Amino acid sequence: MFIHKMGSPPWFYNFTGKFIPWLWLIFGVLTVWGLYLGLIKGPADYLQGESVRIIYLHVPAAWMSMLIYMMMAIMAFIALVWRIRIVEILAMTSAPIGAAFTIVTLTAGSLWGRPTWGTYWVWDARLTSELVLLFLYLGVIGLYNAIDEPRKAARAACLLSLVGAVNLPIIHYSVKWWNTLHQGSSISLLGGSSIDASMLWPMLIVAVAAKFFYAANLLTRARVKLLEQDMRKGWVREVLKEKN
Amino acid sequence: MSHLPFIWAAYSIGAVVLLWCAVAPLVHKKSITRDIRRLIQIEESSRDSNS
Repeated sequence: MFIHKMGSPPWFYNFTGKFIPWLWLIFGVLTVWGLYLGLIKGPADYLQGESVRIIYLHVPAAWMSMLIYMMMAIMAFIALVWRIRIVEILAMTSAPIGAAFTIVTLTAGSLWGRPTWGTYWVWDARLTSELVLLFLYLGVIGLYNAIDEPRKAARAACLLSLVGAVNLPIIHYSVKWWNTLHQGSSISLLGGSSIDASMLWPMLIVAVAAKFFYAANLLTRARVKLLEQDMRKGWVREVLKEKN
Repeated sequence: MSHLPFIWAAYSIGAVVLLWCAVAPLVHKKSITRDIRRLIQIEESSRDSNS
């Protein structure tokens, strides 16, 4: 019943509008808390020194870049199979957010690499596959905007995002499959983490905050896209009248 | 080598990119709302002139 309701544009627009401000608020609180613990209260690393503080941005952004692509691919699959317009819109509006997180990952990683490795960039498997992820996001955005008819555009871009999902295991396992300059995982869900708790917690808090950023931004973008596509429909006019 | 410029640069770029990501749909919404209101005005004025 809830899923059926979510498929109705006016219901989706009104329902999501109610809790977007709360998502932003939680994002703000968690970000301030996590960055306070990481940047002000947390210690410097005995090897990396102060540059370790970049990881509180780089690692959560890297996780988000992959998670958003995974979400986009899952929604693209649902959109292609069941042709649900709102899921199609959610998949397509995920791409710019994922691209933003990938840009943050690459720039923060590069700025961490200079003092730690002595170089901004190497054509290492992890770095290169993350760059490919950025190109995939840009490809999805470009393809979606290149076709005039929005449903056709979404179908083509959904197909591309599904094909690009093959890059996700490559990014994840690149540090195991190849001999890379980028270090392996320090955090594991099952096997425990080799990172100290004073650094782990700020990172996890910022990572949770980033999920709220994604949710708030995604719903905002999807609502705007719905307004744009349904410009000539009655519900959009009613929504605008209610706001006057 | 001081690490502070790298930390500042990373967080500044991150803040600008994510801020742009958050603000862009709001700017787009404003222009779309303006377009829809204009469309309604045109339709209402053509309806008035026909009646």
